[in-house]
Amino acid sequence: VCTTGHTTCLIKTYDNVELLAQNSDNDSKELCVSRLEHIGYNTGYRFVEKATKEWQRFKDELDVMKFICKEFWSTVFKKQIDNLRTNHMGIYVLLDNRFRFITQMSNSKQYVDQMPKYLAFTCGLIRGALSNLGLNSIVTAEIVLPPSCRFQIQIQRQQ
Amino acid sequence: MSRQTQKNVESKNKVSCDLFTLTYGSLVAQLIKDYDTTEDVNKQLDRMGYNIGLRLVEDFLAKTNSSRCHDMKETADKIQSAFKMYLGISPSVANWSAANDEFSLLIDSNPLTEYVELPDHMSQLKYSNILPGVIRGALEMVQIEVQVWFVQDCLKGDSTTELRIKFIRKLEDALPAGED
Repeated sequence: VCTTGHTTCLIKTYDNVELLAQNSDNDSKELCVSRLEHIGYNTGYRFVEKATKEWQRFKDELDVMKFICKEFWSTVFKKQIDNLRTNHMGIYVLLDNRFRFITQMSNSKQYVDQMPKYLAFTCGLIRGALSNLGLNSIVTAEIVLPPSCRFQIQIQRQQ
Repeated sequence: MSRQTQKNVESKNKVSCDLFTLTYGSLVAQLIKDYDTTEDVNKQLDRMGYNIGLRLVEDFLAKTNSSRCHDMKETADKIQSAFKMYLGISPSVANWSAANDEFSLLIDSNPLTEYVELPDHMSQLKYSNILPGVIRGALEMVQIEVQVWFVQDCLKGDSTTELRIKFIRKLEDALPAGED
């Protein structure tokens, strides 16, 4: 039904959300990032429900993470996560060597400063997806060397 | 554990549609939260669409190698193919005005509204208002000023979604100096 056009559209939409979030009401940078994160969370939460409709229950936490790195990442970014590491204590580090949202951006310092905003939506997307799969988490991201990105997921376990 | 990988490959495109639809939904929801009146939300969506259109047309021209349009009929065809390219739907072009300067796009299945129902108190919301903005922005970059608005909307109980596009004028002044 749909083509890569969708991805183009999505990226353009995203660009725009970022612009809008920035322009509206002279909001602080933090608020703009948290808004993007929130939009991501809502999307991820609903999306994963549809995406896992015909799947069997996941064995454990690691199994969920593998799903995020492979199928989830493939449907969203048309590639898998390149490297997954964990300390087996609830911290997972996902490395994407070519993060889709920033592959079209220049590496110059001017733009590298802007890049964290492009990660907020994806952090929310992961957090939302995990949340619907029963895992509360904190997700942060950093640019390693554009276009490569590292996402860190910290699972919040109930005491 | 037998995972249904084949099925995943098949439904890959479909899932990406879901992601698109849901992202747009979250965006609209966020706007509703951030702005006081529905009127403002409509305006913001239009503005975002406009900004997308300004840049999207470049992508369209690069990918399709289209040449200059000589009349609105050609423009309508281009818009139709852009819908196919970016949204995977083919709206039909209909209801031409006598002067051939105004037409409708009839959208049977709008991917933006796939899982959407409007609650009663949101009846003024133009949920897909990003689309008129995109068309207006894109055409402005090829020196055509248009007015675009929704005549009918499935979300509001109409039988189809109808987008009306009206030619206003050719933007001569926007041509950069030295170009024909």
